[in-house]
Amino acid sequence: MVYVYGDNIDTDRIIPGKYTKTLDLETLADHVMEDLDPMFCKSVKQGDVVVAGYNFGCGSSREQAPLALKQAGVALVIAKDFARIFFRNAINIGLAVLEIGDHTIEHGADLVYNLEDGKVIDQSQGKEYNATPLPDIMLDILNEGGLVNYLNKHKNYQLG
Amino acid sequence: MTISEKIISNHIGKHVKAGDLVITPVDGVMATDTTAPLAIKAFEQMGASALFDPNKVALILDHAVPPPNERIANLHKLMRDFSQTHGNRLFDIGQGICHQVMVEHQYVKPGDIFIGADSHTPTYGALNAFACGVGSTDLAATMMTGQIWLKVPKTILIECTGRLKEGVSAKDLILFLVGELTISGATYQAIEFVGEAFQTMTLASRMTVANMVAEMGAKAGIVHPDGLELDYPFQSVVPDVDAVYEKVFRFDVSDLEPQVAVPESPDNVRPIQEVVGTKINYAFIGTCCNGRLEDLQAAAKAVDGKRIKSGVRFLIAPASQQTLLDAMDDGTIQLLINAGASIITPGCGPCVGTHQGVPGDDEIVISAANRNFRGRMGNPNAQIYLASPASVAASAVAGEIVLINE
Ligand code: SF4
Repeated sequence: MVYVYGDNIDTDRIIPGKYTKTLDLETLADHVMEDLDPMFCKSVKQGDVVVAGYNFGCGSSREQAPLALKQAGVALVIAKDFARIFFRNAINIGLAVLEIGDHTIEHGADLVYNLEDGKVIDQSQGKEYNATPLPDIMLDILNEGGLVNYLNKHKNYQLG
Repeated sequence: MTISEKIISNHIGKHVKAGDLVITPVDGVMATDTTAPLAIKAFEQMGASALFDPNKVALILDHAVPPPNERIANLHKLMRDFSQTHGNRLFDIGQGICHQVMVEHQYVKPGDIFIGADSHTPTYGALNAFACGVGSTDLAATMMTGQIWLKVPKTILIECTGRLKEGVSAKDLILFLVGELTISGATYQAIEFVGEAFQTMTLASRMTVANMVAEMGAKAGIVHPDGLELDYPFQSVVPDVDAVYEKVFRFDVSDLEPQVAVPESPDNVRPIQEVVGTKINYAFIGTCCNGRLEDLQAAAKAVDGKRIKSGVRFLIAPASQQTLLDAMDDGTIQLLINAGASIITPGCGPCVGTHQGVPGDDEIVISAANRNFRGRMGNPNAQIYLASPASVAASAVAGEIVLINE
């Protein structure tokens, strides 16, 4: 299923601050997007895709925001663009995010995507998109499965 | 070079420009009880055995203090235990909000690069430092390596000429600017603030300004060091005359009126005049944006010896224990309590809806905080207006939103 939301979805709407103070990450999924769309956390399933407009994830630095989406089973977030801390956090914890500035994807769209090359095909509208490529270091982090694994392996950051 | 380019260049020992990807050493890092537990977990999972430098790492209990339940009490315990093991400083409950504490205890100084696991970390731009917010895993990586990767940001220059009128504060100015640039107006970019309006500001007011660059999506917000006074010697960083800016905004702010951000976004800004008469249930002063001594003093002055309206509650969370002591010393706290205010533990307080001061359904809050997103204070059915401490206090007395310099 593809869920579509608007611009400026802030982190309080993704996961309210009152639920963030926990290490029991599964509980985050019970409240994901609660104040935006109370039905979302009840219906979201493994492999679903969240699509949004501009500035997705603005507001707090809480990593619990991408974690809540990941815990709920969301496989990919596509947005016209992302707030910077959310974007870094998503890559760091291994939640796939693609930036597509000109998408017109609608609720329930039939999407086929490839995270490797950032190609997204909207079969409902017969449109094809190419996501903005990631900087190399982000690609490396994503390919290692997140920053924890990356540092476990490399012990420090490496450029180029 | 811009201020950001200069600070980063100084740290990596070569000239960088906007757009360059760099790995830079940092001068300090901090995390709070919202972000540190996940950072500690990630730090351990990374296989890290020691902090890069325990003297440059601070953990702060501020977001939910004292802890309202066993879950949070245990997260606090985890942070205390970690600090004991690794030798970093832990600021325990009641010592204050992370950003206030970092500045008061000089964990960050002019020209530094500072990384905080909190989105309002750019506040230290008030000190002419390059400071940005990250999430827990990034923070863990920096606690381990002492470094961070980042893209040198482009810079937006905001020049404000003219002096603010009496009764118009740094908060009114930054609300106005957030309204102009919008909530995504500076995403991925740094902002430099320059001009007479900032030159004459105290450090506290500069912190209010830099604090709310987070509400424009900025990576950092740096106030030009002109007029900055600190009680220790420092070397400031100024931009070159030929620095390249992505955009330049110029405003004459000498006629600026008190501002308000109406629900449910900090960039829904208008002159407070337009919402005068809106009934309120709850007034709140505090936070990393406006919980400092000068803010409490402005509130006491606005209250002017009167009682708050019956049926209205007025909560004040001083930004730090030092703030509370100072405000007791000069009698500000007594004035506020006599007006009917309730003083709560220094810390984030009701700002983020975690533990105390949650509004009821359909209630209207006027707050000196920086965010009014739906559900921010813990109840999605309440509405939050953001204004200066003086406007908040005067509204608490009137029971409705007022224009203070009437
Ligand atoms: S006072 Fe509010 S905005 Fe500031 S750090 Fe605390 S929760 Fe965040």
